[in-house]
Amino acid sequence: MSEALTIPTPRDEEWRYADGEILRGLSPEVFGKWKDVLLAPGETRSKCLVVGSAAPELHRIRIDVPEGARAELFVVNLGGDYTRVEAQVQLAKGAHFQFGGVTIGGGDATREFITRIAHAEPEATSTQVIRAVHWDRATGNFLGRIEVARDAQKTDAVQDFKGLLLGKGATINAKPELEIFADDVKCAHGAAIGALDQRAAYYMASRGLDPETARKLLVRAFLADAFVALDDESERDRLTEAALSALGDAV
Amino acid sequence: MLEIKNLHATIDGKAILNGLTLSVGPGEVHAIMGPNGAGKSTLSYVLGGRPGYEVTEGSVTFNGQDLLSLEAHERAAAGLFMGFQYPVEIPGVSFVQFLREALNSQRKLRGEEALSGGEFLKLAREKAALLKLDPEMLKRPVNLGFSGGEKKRAEMVQMGILDPSFAVLDETDSGLDIDALRIVGHGINAIMRQPGKSVLLITHYQRLLEYVKPDRVHVLAAGRIVKSGGPDLALQLENEGYEAVTA
Repeated sequence: MSEALTIPTPRDEEWRYADGEILRGLSPEVFGKWKDVLLAPGETRSKCLVVGSAAPELHRIRIDVPEGARAELFVVNLGGDYTRVEAQVQLAKGAHFQFGGVTIGGGDATREFITRIAHAEPEATSTQVIRAVHWDRATGNFLGRIEVARDAQKTDAVQDFKGLLLGKGATINAKPELEIFADDVKCAHGAAIGALDQRAAYYMASRGLDPETARKLLVRAFLADAFVALDDESERDRLTEAALSALGDAV
Repeated sequence: MLEIKNLHATIDGKAILNGLTLSVGPGEVHAIMGPNGAGKSTLSYVLGGRPGYEVTEGSVTFNGQDLLSLEAHERAAAGLFMGFQYPVEIPGVSFVQFLREALNSQRKLRGEEALSGGEFLKLAREKAALLKLDPEMLKRPVNLGFSGGEKKRAEMVQMGILDPSFAVLDETDSGLDIDALRIVGHGINAIMRQPGKSVLLITHYQRLLEYVKPDRVHVLAAGRIVKSGGPDLALQLENEGYEAVTA
């Protein structure tokens, strides 16, 4: 794959909700930096990341999952500035890719996940569960593209996105994109965006939970699905707590 | 203990309570009965601090404190418990987690020490047994997949754990079969029929009152108390209907 030499703009499909102004301020080299990960056939590899700082960050990852291998990626994206996590995944026969992602935060930053899963051969599976929680004037994006090649029969791909807006000024964008050339496949995708359940919040208050604790419990429950496939309980807790720590400054 | 004076309340600008006055003393059980649309549930929502209800006139004093100036969670910490007519389902949050956080939030606000996990589980199991609710159900998400009767029993388990001094029970008897009604009735007595504790029972029917004997019965119509009496008033209502009794 050729490396990007120019700065992308929001006119490019995969950058359409990115923060154009910040992109223009970055040096062109950062766009060409990809982390390449190659698994061995039959291997299972799991990676958990908490990304984000006060500066813009781009994390671009290419994962090659050969026959019978299983790649898992779990990410909390809580950047204080534009923070993008992009995964391009190539799945061979019977391979599996698992993605759990949470974007969370306020301020005016844009945080996003961009995934592109290529089911190149038959019987590969992929599951993506993404949750976005935003407030203030923040933006959370998920652009998920699934490509199923002509002979990738028995593909089973699931994409599940939910957004939670904790304030009126925040924005959440979800764009599922399916390109399917095989005829015997299952590709399920769902996207829903809503606000905190006020009935639940009142019920919790009536039992004595202060609004901050109630909101934390509700957000914890909302996020949980993103990491439910992560077997390592301590890593699951670490990611969940990292995500919830970002809630501290929510109104 | 609870003093409601000339309470007027609206929702979306529509007047529901129109000068309701009621006084419940310590150790008393009062029943509020009344036809549909009389304002029974609105009374419980206003006492519980549910958003959307506006008090336009009158006052509510709870143990000498202005109840209406408190947030919903502060009312709970002050000792008020609301039994919901329609308990809310909360996916992803277990009863155990929810109630332990709730109890410890209340204790913190009252300046008391938090209960440990072990202490809490012991308390939860004891109260579940009182209501004949399988304690395993408390590991499940709040009210999720519970039958109508199980939800109402779970409400009473919550009441037992939180140990309030005043309970407002809004149609706790609706959706209960005969056995569950008896269990819930005995649960209310065991938890709340204690010195210094009071209950406001909101109900359509006399049947719960066979188990939880009220000291006073009030008829609510068009947003105010139109008649009050002893336990016999409930029987009279059951036999003659609201219209005849309040005419």
